[in-house]
Amino acid sequence: MLVRDDIVEYSLDTHHSDEQGKVVRKKIWKVTAILSIITTIEVLVGIYLPKGDNPGLQWDLIKWGYIILTAVKAGYIVLVFMHLGDERKNLRYMILVPYIIFILYLIFILRTEALYVNDAWEFLK
Amino acid sequence: MAGAHTQQMDASTAWGGGTSPFKVSYGKLMMWFFLVSDGLTFGGLLCALGFAKFANPEWAASWPMGEEVFTHIPFTHMPAPLIYVAFMTFILIVSSVTMVLAVEAGHRMDKKGVIKWLMLTVVGGLIFLGSQVWEWSTFIAGPDGNLSTWHDNTTLQHNCYGGVYEVVGEHEHMHTEITSYGPTLYANFFFFITGFHGFHVFTGVLFNLLVLRNVVRGVYHRRGHYEMVEKVGLYWHFVDLVWVFVFTFFYLV
Repeated sequence: MLVRDDIVEYSLDTHHSDEQGKVVRKKIWKVTAILSIITTIEVLVGIYLPKGDNPGLQWDLIKWGYIILTAVKAGYIVLVFMHLGDERKNLRYMILVPYIIFILYLIFILRTEALYVNDAWEFLK
Repeated sequence: MAGAHTQQMDASTAWGGGTSPFKVSYGKLMMWFFLVSDGLTFGGLLCALGFAKFANPEWAASWPMGEEVFTHIPFTHMPAPLIYVAFMTFILIVSSVTMVLAVEAGHRMDKKGVIKWLMLTVVGGLIFLGSQVWEWSTFIAGPDGNLSTWHDNTTLQHNCYGGVYEVVGEHEHMHTEITSYGPTLYANFFFFITGFHGFHVFTGVLFNLLVLRNVVRGVYHRRGHYEMVEKVGLYWHFVDLVWVFVFTFFYLV
Protein backbone atom coordinates (compact mmCIF):
# COMPACT_ATOMS: atom_id res chain seq x y z
CA MET A 1 0.00 0.00 0.00
CA LEU A 2 1.26 3.43 -0.98
CA VAL A 3 1.90 5.72 1.93
CA ARG A 4 0.79 9.14 0.85
CA ASP A 5 -1.05 11.60 3.00
CA ASP A 6 -2.42 13.79 0.25
CA ILE A 7 -5.53 11.95 -0.87
CA VAL A 8 -6.88 10.22 2.13
CA GLU A 9 -10.51 9.62 2.81
CA TYR A 10 -10.46 10.68 6.43
CA SER A 11 -9.44 14.11 5.21
CA LEU A 12 -12.78 15.81 5.51
CA ASP A 13 -16.47 15.41 5.83
CA THR A 14 -17.03 14.98 2.12
CA HIS A 15 -20.43 13.41 2.57
CA HIS A 16 -23.60 14.09 4.47
CA SER A 17 -27.10 12.70 4.44
CA ASP A 18 -30.24 14.34 3.05
CA GLU A 19 -31.33 15.36 6.56
CA GLN A 20 -27.98 16.97 7.33
CA GLY A 21 -28.20 18.64 3.92
CA LYS A 22 -31.44 20.31 4.91
CA VAL A 23 -29.80 21.78 8.01
CA VAL A 24 -26.81 22.97 5.96
CA ARG A 25 -29.06 24.57 3.33
CA LYS A 26 -31.09 26.33 5.99
CA LYS A 27 -27.90 27.84 7.37
CA ILE A 28 -26.80 28.88 3.89
CA TRP A 29 -30.08 30.72 3.24
CA LYS A 30 -29.89 32.39 6.64
CA VAL A 31 -26.39 33.68 5.92
CA THR A 32 -27.51 34.78 2.44
CA ALA A 33 -30.24 36.87 4.06
CA ILE A 34 -27.77 38.39 6.54
CA LEU A 35 -25.27 39.28 3.80
CA SER A 36 -28.01 40.80 1.62
CA ILE A 37 -29.43 42.86 4.47
CA ILE A 38 -25.99 44.19 5.45
CA THR A 39 -25.22 45.11 1.82
CA THR A 40 -28.60 46.84 1.49
CA ILE A 41 -27.94 48.85 4.67
CA GLU A 42 -24.50 49.87 3.37
CA VAL A 43 -25.92 50.96 0.03
CA LEU A 44 -28.81 52.90 1.58
CA VAL A 45 -26.46 54.68 3.98
CA GLY A 46 -24.15 55.39 1.03
CA ILE A 47 -26.98 56.95 -0.96
CA TYR A 48 -28.80 58.87 1.79
CA LEU A 49 -25.89 59.83 4.06
CA PRO A 50 -23.11 60.73 1.60
CA LYS A 51 -19.75 61.95 2.85
CA GLY A 52 -20.30 65.41 1.37
CA ASP A 53 -23.32 66.11 3.59
CA ASN A 54 -21.89 64.58 6.75
CA PRO A 55 -18.45 65.97 7.55
CA GLY A 56 -16.48 65.56 10.73
CA LEU A 57 -17.51 63.27 13.54
CA GLN A 58 -20.66 62.09 11.81
CA TRP A 59 -18.64 60.79 8.87
CA ASP A 60 -16.18 59.09 11.22
CA LEU A 61 -19.08 57.20 12.77
CA ILE A 62 -20.47 56.24 9.35
CA LYS A 63 -17.00 55.17 8.18
CA TRP A 64 -16.43 52.95 11.19
CA GLY A 65 -19.93 51.58 10.71
CA TYR A 66 -18.98 50.55 7.18
CA ILE A 67 -15.76 48.95 8.37
CA ILE A 68 -17.53 46.99 11.11
CA LEU A 69 -20.26 45.82 8.71
CA THR A 70 -17.57 44.77 6.23
CA ALA A 71 -15.78 42.76 8.91
CA VAL A 72 -19.07 41.06 9.85
CA LYS A 73 -19.71 40.16 6.20
CA ALA A 74 -16.15 38.87 5.83
CA GLY A 75 -16.60 36.76 8.96
CA TYR A 76 -19.76 35.13 7.62
CA ILE A 77 -18.15 34.42 4.23
CA VAL A 78 -15.01 32.88 5.73
CA LEU A 79 -16.61 30.95 8.57
CA VAL A 80 -19.78 29.69 6.85
CA PHE A 81 -19.34 29.80 3.08
CA MET A 82 -15.70 28.72 3.21
CA HIS A 83 -16.57 26.28 6.02
CA LEU A 84 -13.65 27.46 8.13
CA GLY A 85 -15.96 27.51 11.13
CA ASP A 86 -16.55 23.78 10.66
CA GLU A 87 -12.86 22.91 10.37
CA ARG A 88 -10.65 21.84 13.22
CA LYS A 89 -9.66 24.57 15.65
CA ASN A 90 -5.97 24.04 14.74
CA LEU A 91 -6.57 24.84 11.10
CA ARG A 92 -8.90 27.73 11.85
CA TYR A 93 -6.37 29.50 14.04
CA MET A 94 -3.45 28.70 11.77
CA ILE A 95 -5.23 30.49 8.91
CA LEU A 96 -6.78 33.40 10.77
CA VAL A 97 -4.36 34.41 13.53
CA PRO A 98 -1.19 35.08 11.50
CA TYR A 99 -3.20 36.81 8.79
CA ILE A 100 -5.05 39.11 11.18
CA ILE A 101 -1.90 39.96 13.15
CA PHE A 102 0.03 40.75 9.99
CA ILE A 103 -2.71 42.90 8.44
CA LEU A 104 -3.31 44.83 11.66
CA TYR A 105 0.43 45.50 11.86
CA LEU A 106 0.49 46.58 8.20
CA ILE A 107 -2.41 48.98 8.76
CA PHE A 108 -0.71 50.37 11.87
CA ILE A 109 2.72 50.85 10.28
CA LEU A 110 1.45 52.31 6.99
CA ARG A 111 -0.85 54.73 8.78
CA THR A 112 1.95 55.83 11.12
CA GLU A 113 4.44 56.27 8.30
CA ALA A 114 1.86 58.04 6.14
CA LEU A 115 1.30 60.61 8.90
CA TYR A 116 5.08 61.21 9.09
CA VAL A 117 5.22 61.60 5.31
CA ASN A 118 2.41 64.12 5.62
CA ASP A 119 4.36 66.01 8.29
CA ALA A 120 7.34 66.14 5.94
CA TRP A 121 5.18 67.59 3.15
CA GLU A 122 3.76 70.18 5.52
CA PHE A 123 7.28 71.08 6.68
CA LEU A 124 8.51 71.54 3.11
CA LYS A 125 5.67 73.86 2.19
CA MET B 1 -9.17 8.38 -12.11
CA ALA B 2 -8.97 5.42 -9.79
CA GLY B 3 -5.18 5.26 -9.94
CA ALA B 4 -2.89 4.29 -7.12
CA HIS B 5 -2.91 7.86 -5.82
CA THR B 6 -6.64 7.80 -5.10
CA GLN B 7 -6.58 4.58 -3.16
CA GLN B 8 -7.68 4.76 0.39
CA MET B 9 -4.88 4.76 2.85
CA ASP B 10 -4.73 2.38 5.74
CA ALA B 11 -5.71 4.32 8.85
CA SER B 12 -2.96 2.70 10.88
CA THR B 13 -0.23 4.10 8.62
CA ALA B 14 -1.53 7.63 8.42
CA TRP B 15 -0.02 9.94 11.03
CA GLY B 16 1.41 6.85 12.74
CA GLY B 17 -2.11 5.75 13.58
CA GLY B 18 -3.01 9.11 15.14
CA THR B 19 -5.21 11.78 13.67
CA SER B 20 -4.25 14.46 11.21
CA PRO B 21 -3.47 17.75 12.94
CA PHE B 22 -5.61 19.71 10.49
CA LYS B 23 -7.95 17.00 9.28
CA VAL B 24 -8.05 18.35 5.76
CA SER B 25 -6.65 16.90 2.57
CA TYR B 26 -3.42 18.14 1.04
CA GLY B 27 -5.22 19.96 -1.77
CA LYS B 28 -7.52 21.85 0.54
CA LEU B 29 -4.72 22.82 2.89
CA MET B 30 -2.66 24.11 -0.03
CA MET B 31 -5.67 26.07 -1.32
CA TRP B 32 -5.93 27.72 2.09
CA PHE B 33 -2.21 28.57 2.04
CA PHE B 34 -2.64 30.09 -1.39
CA LEU B 35 -5.66 32.09 -0.29
CA VAL B 36 -3.79 33.45 2.73
CA SER B 37 -0.95 34.67 0.51
CA ASP B 38 -3.37 36.06 -2.06
CA GLY B 39 -5.28 37.73 0.75
CA LEU B 40 -2.05 39.36 1.89
CA THR B 41 -1.53 40.68 -1.65
CA PHE B 42 -4.95 42.32 -1.70
CA GLY B 43 -4.51 43.46 1.91
CA GLY B 44 -1.21 45.08 0.91
CA LEU B 45 -2.79 46.83 -2.06
CA LEU B 46 -5.67 48.24 -0.03
CA CYS B 47 -3.28 49.30 2.75
CA ALA B 48 -1.19 51.09 0.11
CA LEU B 49 -4.33 52.98 -0.93
CA GLY B 50 -4.77 53.98 2.71
CA PHE B 51 -1.11 55.06 2.85
CA ALA B 52 -1.59 57.33 -0.16
CA LYS B 53 -4.69 58.83 1.43
CA PHE B 54 -3.14 59.51 4.82
CA ALA B 55 0.19 60.70 3.43
CA ASN B 56 -1.45 63.59 1.64
CA PRO B 57 -4.95 64.26 2.92
CA GLU B 58 -5.12 67.63 1.17
CA TRP B 59 -4.53 65.97 -2.15
CA ALA B 60 -6.78 63.01 -1.36
CA ALA B 61 -9.55 65.51 -0.64
CA SER B 62 -9.78 66.01 -4.41
CA TRP B 63 -10.37 62.29 -4.89
CA PRO B 64 -13.92 61.30 -5.63
CA MET B 65 -16.02 60.38 -2.63
CA GLY B 66 -17.13 56.78 -2.37
CA GLU B 67 -20.71 57.19 -3.47
CA GLU B 68 -19.63 59.42 -6.37
CA VAL B 69 -17.22 56.95 -7.89
CA PHE B 70 -19.71 55.41 -10.26
CA THR B 71 -23.11 56.99 -10.80
CA HIS B 72 -24.21 55.52 -14.13
CA ILE B 73 -26.65 52.78 -14.99
CA PRO B 74 -27.17 51.43 -18.50
CA PHE B 75 -29.80 52.91 -20.84
CA THR B 76 -30.28 56.09 -18.84
CA HIS B 77 -28.49 59.32 -18.01
CA MET B 78 -30.13 59.60 -14.63
CA PRO B 79 -27.45 59.97 -11.94
CA ALA B 80 -27.73 56.92 -9.70
CA PRO B 81 -24.99 56.78 -7.09
CA LEU B 82 -23.99 53.30 -5.93
CA ILE B 83 -26.88 51.46 -7.62
CA TYR B 84 -24.85 49.78 -10.33
CA VAL B 85 -22.02 48.80 -7.99
CA ALA B 86 -24.57 47.49 -5.49
CA PHE B 87 -25.94 45.32 -8.29
CA MET B 88 -22.44 43.97 -8.98
CA THR B 89 -21.95 43.25 -5.28
CA PHE B 90 -25.26 41.45 -5.11
CA ILE B 91 -24.43 39.33 -8.18
CA LEU B 92 -21.19 38.23 -6.54
CA ILE B 93 -22.91 37.37 -3.26
CA VAL B 94 -25.55 35.34 -5.11
CA SER B 95 -22.93 33.45 -7.11
CA SER B 96 -21.14 32.71 -3.84
CA VAL B 97 -24.39 31.26 -2.50
CA THR B 98 -24.92 29.07 -5.58
CA MET B 99 -21.32 27.88 -5.17
CA VAL B 100 -21.86 26.83 -1.56
CA LEU B 101 -25.07 25.09 -2.65
CA ALA B 102 -23.06 23.21 -5.30
CA VAL B 103 -20.66 22.07 -2.56
CA GLU B 104 -23.62 20.98 -0.44
CA ALA B 105 -25.10 19.00 -3.36
CA GLY B 106 -21.69 17.38 -3.84
CA HIS B 107 -21.76 16.17 -0.25
CA ARG B 108 -24.98 14.31 -1.06
CA MET B 109 -23.40 12.92 -4.28
CA ASP B 110 -26.19 14.73 -6.14
CA LYS B 111 -24.54 15.12 -9.55
CA LYS B 112 -27.49 16.96 -11.11
CA GLY B 113 -27.60 19.42 -8.23
CA VAL B 114 -23.87 20.13 -8.51
CA ILE B 115 -24.21 20.76 -12.25
CA LYS B 116 -27.18 23.09 -11.76
CA TRP B 117 -25.61 25.21 -9.02
CA LEU B 118 -22.14 25.27 -10.56
CA MET B 119 -23.60 26.44 -13.88
CA LEU B 120 -25.47 29.24 -12.10
CA THR B 121 -22.20 30.19 -10.38
CA VAL B 122 -20.45 30.46 -13.73
CA VAL B 123 -23.33 32.58 -15.08
CA GLY B 124 -23.08 34.88 -12.03
CA GLY B 125 -19.32 35.25 -12.59
CA LEU B 126 -19.85 36.12 -16.24
CA ILE B 127 -22.51 38.72 -15.38
CA PHE B 128 -20.10 40.29 -12.89
CA LEU B 129 -17.29 40.37 -15.45
CA GLY B 130 -19.60 41.88 -18.07
CA SER B 131 -20.73 44.52 -15.58
CA GLN B 132 -17.16 45.41 -14.79
CA VAL B 133 -16.35 45.72 -18.49
CA TRP B 134 -19.24 48.16 -18.84
CA GLU B 135 -18.11 50.11 -15.78
CA TRP B 136 -14.55 50.39 -17.03
CA SER B 137 -15.53 51.31 -20.56
CA THR B 138 -17.79 54.03 -19.16
CA PHE B 139 -14.87 55.36 -17.11
CA ILE B 140 -12.45 55.27 -20.01
CA ALA B 141 -14.63 56.28 -22.95
CA GLY B 142 -17.08 58.53 -21.10
CA PRO B 143 -20.74 57.83 -20.39
CA ASP B 144 -21.69 58.38 -24.03
CA GLY B 145 -18.76 56.49 -25.46
CA ASN B 146 -17.66 59.54 -27.44
CA LEU B 147 -14.59 60.34 -25.41
CA SER B 148 -11.33 58.97 -26.69
CA THR B 149 -8.60 58.60 -24.14
CA TRP B 150 -6.19 57.91 -27.00
CA HIS B 151 -6.85 61.38 -28.31
CA ASP B 152 -4.11 63.86 -27.52
CA ASN B 153 -1.63 61.08 -26.71
CA THR B 154 -3.24 60.41 -23.39
CA THR B 155 -2.71 57.11 -21.74
CA LEU B 156 -5.28 55.00 -20.06
CA GLN B 157 -4.03 56.00 -16.66
CA HIS B 158 -5.06 59.54 -17.57
CA ASN B 159 -8.63 58.47 -17.52
CA CYS B 160 -11.53 60.87 -17.58
CA TYR B 161 -12.13 59.89 -13.99
CA GLY B 162 -12.97 62.95 -12.00
CA GLY B 163 -11.67 65.13 -14.81
CA VAL B 164 -13.63 67.69 -16.73
CA TYR B 165 -14.82 67.16 -20.23
CA GLU B 166 -16.76 69.43 -22.51
CA VAL B 167 -18.66 69.16 -25.75
CA VAL B 168 -16.96 70.92 -28.65
CA GLY B 169 -17.77 71.36 -32.34
CA GLU B 170 -20.95 72.26 -34.09
CA HIS B 171 -23.98 70.32 -35.21
CA GLU B 172 -23.08 66.86 -36.42
CA HIS B 173 -19.40 67.39 -35.66
CA MET B 174 -20.01 67.56 -31.93
CA HIS B 175 -17.68 65.48 -29.82
CA THR B 176 -16.43 65.42 -26.28
CA GLU B 177 -12.94 66.42 -25.30
CA ILE B 178 -11.07 66.10 -22.06
CA THR B 179 -10.17 69.49 -20.66
CA SER B 180 -8.60 68.29 -17.44
CA TYR B 181 -7.75 64.97 -15.91
CA GLY B 182 -8.81 63.56 -12.61
CA PRO B 183 -6.36 62.52 -9.89
CA THR B 184 -4.13 59.96 -11.57
CA LEU B 185 -2.87 58.30 -8.38
CA TYR B 186 -6.46 57.50 -7.50
CA ALA B 187 -7.06 56.10 -10.98
CA ASN B 188 -3.93 53.96 -10.69
CA PHE B 189 -5.17 52.42 -7.48
CA PHE B 190 -8.72 52.09 -8.73
CA PHE B 191 -7.89 50.37 -12.00
CA PHE B 192 -5.14 48.22 -10.54
CA ILE B 193 -7.10 46.90 -7.58
CA THR B 194 -10.46 46.42 -9.30
CA GLY B 195 -8.59 45.04 -12.32
CA PHE B 196 -6.62 42.58 -10.21
CA HIS B 197 -9.87 41.50 -8.60
CA GLY B 198 -11.53 41.18 -12.02
CA PHE B 199 -8.61 39.00 -13.11
CA HIS B 200 -9.31 36.76 -10.12
CA VAL B 201 -12.98 36.56 -11.09
CA PHE B 202 -11.92 35.63 -14.61
CA THR B 203 -9.64 32.81 -13.47
CA GLY B 204 -12.33 31.73 -11.00
CA VAL B 205 -14.83 31.38 -13.84
CA LEU B 206 -12.24 29.35 -15.79
CA PHE B 207 -11.62 27.01 -12.83
CA ASN B 208 -15.35 26.62 -12.30
CA LEU B 209 -15.83 25.75 -15.97
CA LEU B 210 -13.03 23.16 -15.85
CA VAL B 211 -14.49 21.55 -12.74
CA LEU B 212 -17.99 21.72 -14.23
CA ARG B 213 -16.70 19.79 -17.24
CA ASN B 214 -15.32 17.11 -14.95
CA VAL B 215 -18.57 16.97 -12.98
CA VAL B 216 -20.57 16.51 -16.19
CA ARG B 217 -18.21 13.75 -17.29
CA GLY B 218 -18.72 12.01 -13.96
CA VAL B 219 -15.07 12.19 -12.89
CA TYR B 220 -15.88 13.09 -9.29
CA HIS B 221 -18.77 10.67 -9.09
CA ARG B 222 -16.42 7.83 -9.95
CA ARG B 223 -13.86 9.20 -7.50
CA GLY B 224 -16.48 8.93 -4.78
CA HIS B 225 -16.40 12.54 -3.55
CA TYR B 226 -16.80 16.06 -4.89
CA GLU B 227 -13.95 17.62 -2.95
CA MET B 228 -12.66 19.37 -6.07
CA VAL B 229 -15.88 21.43 -6.17
CA GLU B 230 -15.16 22.42 -2.59
CA LYS B 231 -11.61 23.47 -3.45
CA VAL B 232 -12.57 25.71 -6.37
CA GLY B 233 -15.44 26.86 -4.16
CA LEU B 234 -12.91 28.14 -1.62
CA TYR B 235 -11.26 30.20 -4.34
CA TRP B 236 -14.61 31.51 -5.55
CA HIS B 237 -15.67 32.60 -2.06
CA PHE B 238 -12.31 34.29 -1.66
CA VAL B 239 -13.04 36.36 -4.77
CA ASP B 240 -16.34 37.41 -3.19
CA LEU B 241 -14.54 38.17 0.08
CA VAL B 242 -12.06 40.47 -1.66
CA TRP B 243 -14.90 42.29 -3.42
CA VAL B 244 -16.53 42.97 -0.05
CA PHE B 245 -13.41 44.93 0.93
CA VAL B 246 -12.92 46.56 -2.47
CA PHE B 247 -16.55 47.69 -2.37
CA THR B 248 -16.10 49.23 1.08
CA PHE B 249 -12.81 50.99 0.45
CA PHE B 250 -13.55 52.29 -3.04
CA TYR B 251 -17.28 52.83 -3.20
CA LEU B 252 -18.30 53.54 0.39
CA VAL B 253 -15.48 55.04 2.47
